[in-house]
Amino acid sequence: MALSTILVFAEADETGVSGLTLELCAKARELADNVEAFVAGDGDAVAADLGAHGVSTVHATGDLGGKLIGVHAAAALEAHIGASSPDAVFFGQTTDGRDTAARLAVRLDQPVVTNNVGASLDGDALVVEEPVFGGTQNVFTAFRSSGPALALFRPKSFEAEPSGGGPASVSAVDQVDAGNAGSAIVTGRHVEERSGPQLDDAAVVVSGGRGLGQADAYAMVDELAGLLNAASGASRAIVDAGWVPYSKQVGQTGKVVKPSVYIACGISGATQHLVGMKGSKNIVAINKDPEAPIFGVADLGIVGDVHKVMPALIEALKSR
Amino acid sequence: MKVVVCVKQIPDPALPGELDPATNLLKRDDKLILDESDSYGVEMALQLVEAAGGGQVSLVSMAPNNEMSGLRTALAMGADDAVLVSDDALAGTDALGTAKVLAAAIGRLEPDLVLAGVESSDGYTGTVPEMVAGVLDVPSITFAKQISVADGTVNVQRQTEAGYDDVECSLPALVSVTAGVVEPRYPSFKGIMAAKKKPVEELDLAGLGVDAGQVGQGGARQETVQVTAAEERQAGEIIEDEGDAHEKIVDFLGELKVI
Repeated sequence: MALSTILVFAEADETGVSGLTLELCAKARELADNVEAFVAGDGDAVAADLGAHGVSTVHATGDLGGKLIGVHAAAALEAHIGASSPDAVFFGQTTDGRDTAARLAVRLDQPVVTNNVGASLDGDALVVEEPVFGGTQNVFTAFRSSGPALALFRPKSFEAEPSGGGPASVSAVDQVDAGNAGSAIVTGRHVEERSGPQLDDAAVVVSGGRGLGQADAYAMVDELAGLLNAASGASRAIVDAGWVPYSKQVGQTGKVVKPSVYIACGISGATQHLVGMKGSKNIVAINKDPEAPIFGVADLGIVGDVHKVMPALIEALKSR
Repeated sequence: MKVVVCVKQIPDPALPGELDPATNLLKRDDKLILDESDSYGVEMALQLVEAAGGGQVSLVSMAPNNEMSGLRTALAMGADDAVLVSDDALAGTDALGTAKVLAAAIGRLEPDLVLAGVESSDGYTGTVPEMVAGVLDVPSITFAKQISVADGTVNVQRQTEAGYDDVECSLPALVSVTAGVVEPRYPSFKGIMAAKKKPVEELDLAGLGVDAGQVGQGGARQETVQVTAAEERQAGEIIEDEGDAHEKIVDFLGELKVI
């Protein structure tokens, strides 16, 4: 039993289609005979990548001229869905993905299920899987409404897998006037400097938390990351405190990482953080509190002061 | 300026959460507290009203059993008044149903600006604020890490995966705020005493004019078919640092061929 069509809400930037979008395409192919995509932007720019991942047709609004996309993507999607009736729409759990799904839910009066990490079929009903209580339990939810199932998925829930297909065909969808509700406009974009390995795909991640004591101490995290060719990450506590930018945040509200090795320095392991890193293959934790929850997931746990262990580790690696 | 803040009252996150085995809904029997994620919205509202030279900060919340201890906390921070929607028919309401209820409560207040946390600490769907804006049919800017209001326009630094965008729209509008957008104040003793006398309007669905068929588990049109325990990680080796723990880490990284 398979669904007939799943529509994937595709996201892309100047470097191409996002990894998360391609992950959704792979899962959608498993569940449906036909996978199509919707993009709130230029269809030609993404047709080759999406086609290579099994998408037959890309429905594209064309350039939205700097408007904040959620309202406009949802309005165009509503019209498209009315004409084509897909069984489900898959979104990535991103800022624009959440905005669009939420606005679309209101327009279609359809439920949305967020934070999913798995999807399967029960007869012809889509069933999605969501981790709760810091990933200690999984809740499986079946859609019982008559319209398209709207589901959002967390990054790295599935493996992207090229299908070997040629470019997807591109079909224009009309932009719909969303009235005053669509008046939010982007007047400037600020991209934080990205150099070295990135959290999304680094084999090793070194993260720091509140146990570092002060913002300056994060330099140790960067230095250790440099020595290991690792990406540097952070707990939500020190992002909220303004020590490091949000782009470094690992956790439920930040990035989900699954590196070969994750080194947590001065991180207690709040649920919020564990959700974003406990899929790592190997976990090393350094924390002075022996009761810290991070030790519950660590393969190697060091009960000690990061201000002693990290400098010694850095020296040892430098002298090799 | 009139600002409405959406406030969720949640089970204490320090206590272990539990699903009711009969309904698979989150147990909410104990006292509920102000979600820390919402304290940022309350603080932001207080600061924006102050910067505007005056106005009103009203809270809107939906909770079981007319629970208002979390609302009292927000009132003690300085909010002026609150609307609380409570009705047995609301048990099991999903994000969209919640948004319909909140929007109905907010619409009556005719605010210039609606603030909400990006996502709650217990359900964290992260979709309710945008849905509220959708039901109210007003513009919205989500994931704000900085907000200013001038001449009927709200300017926001909106957090993105890559950095942040400057986004603006006209009022009335809804803005969802990230944790860390401002430092929430602690309620003073005077504030706590004053909060006990601040008005809290209590409404049920009939009083609000929302159809019970739109909310609750029936309105959600989704069914929890199974709840399973997640696979646990095997506990590893935990050692006390005696001055040589770094060597252990070097050995471990060596075994994994990272170095």
